[in-house]
Amino acid sequence: MKNIHVSTTVNGDELEFVCAPGETLLDSLRDRLGLKGAKEGCGTGDCGACTVEMNGEIVCSCLVLGAEAEGADLRTVEGMATGDKLHALQRIFIDEAALQCGICTPGILVAAQTLLERNPDPSESEIRYWLAGNLCRCTGYDKIVRAVQSAAAEMRGA
Amino acid sequence: MQYLKPQSIEEAADILSRNAGKARILAGGTDLLVQLKSGMIEPEMIVDIKHLDGMHDITEEDGGYRVGAAVPGIKLGQHAGVKALWPGVVEACELIGSTQIQGRCTMVGNLCNGGPAADSVPAMVAADATVRIAGPNGARDCAVFDVPTGPGKISLEPGEFVTSVFLPARPARASDAYLRFIPRTEMDIAVASAGVSLELGEDGTITAARVTLGAVGPKVMLVENAARAIIGTTLDDDAAEALAAACRDAASPIDDKRGTVEFRTQVAGVLAKRAARIAMTRAGEK
Repeated sequence: MKNIHVSTTVNGDELEFVCAPGETLLDSLRDRLGLKGAKEGCGTGDCGACTVEMNGEIVCSCLVLGAEAEGADLRTVEGMATGDKLHALQRIFIDEAALQCGICTPGILVAAQTLLERNPDPSESEIRYWLAGNLCRCTGYDKIVRAVQSAAAEMRGA
Repeated sequence: MQYLKPQSIEEAADILSRNAGKARILAGGTDLLVQLKSGMIEPEMIVDIKHLDGMHDITEEDGGYRVGAAVPGIKLGQHAGVKALWPGVVEACELIGSTQIQGRCTMVGNLCNGGPAADSVPAMVAADATVRIAGPNGARDCAVFDVPTGPGKISLEPGEFVTSVFLPARPARASDAYLRFIPRTEMDIAVASAGVSLELGEDGTITAARVTLGAVGPKVMLVENAARAIIGTTLDDDAAEALAAACRDAASPIDDKRGTVEFRTQVAGVLAKRAARIAMTRAGEK
């Protein structure tokens, strides 16, 4: 088993890591790069807790190999805040209590960020369909959807 | 296990043929990684083909479109040309998994996984789509219908892999549609599904049709009796019911936790009828 050297960009920073051939991008991010925001829920692409953005599209990092990140442009929840200033989605998720245990939250924030960059004024249905692959077993989804709507409204006004 | 990135299609085919049964192709990976993790497969090498020429491209060809093997669902859905020509194929592909899965999953992977309930497959067969297959003896084309042979089984020879799907040209007044039944609204596997592609004549009657069913047999079904039932008609109620009856006759589903034989048979007919009506409306609007 030969380890693989990977050069990639994460949240705008050019990074390098070495990974095993069968290692998932999720494990590379967490264990090689110390980015522990993305979580492993199911490990089979059903729950979305490991969501990151790869080359402009959201993916389950548990279903991507670390080796596939070569030359890729990745964005994770760690890149959302600017210094100490939280992203509107992060702040409103806290203010409106759109989370309880928080395991699903990084994946939902990344997915919602991509949605709002693409569609600044999504309908409730569009939000629910877009986030259908992000499972939460604490809050139910109403607060999450409402927080995304509040963030969208604020971001449109800003 | 090794992770390999061949530099050409020929090199990929060579690796696959020299390591028959030990090497697996990686494009979107949404099935491959799940199978790897569950221990369902234990390949010695993974052959990534995403970076090869043409794998990410959607190109116009002879009035139709060639879709590379690594084009993910979300990119197909963003392509106005393919959506206009083959809306049924696009809507079927977009039903695969969540937004995250759409960022990776491919029609070719959906086909080559051999699942009887694969959403994009009945739509591709209704479209009379073909795949281009690379292999140790060069490239060949094959009808999508002939790729799956049974649950988890496909007809590709050792060393062969699919490099693209070709969605052919069609006349102006023609369209297609795909519908599936699942007990929820998103993120599930088809209990039964139907694809219909049809062409209209000057007078608005159907001049050609292909009707397909998914999840009601060991592989996708092309129901010629259902197509015959609507050709020459305007899809009046009698013709639509004859189409549904032909689909019920053709369906040979299994009983499992997701649906009974009786339910799947009945729903296959209903979905085919509804898909035909949607395709008819779309074709008439052109």
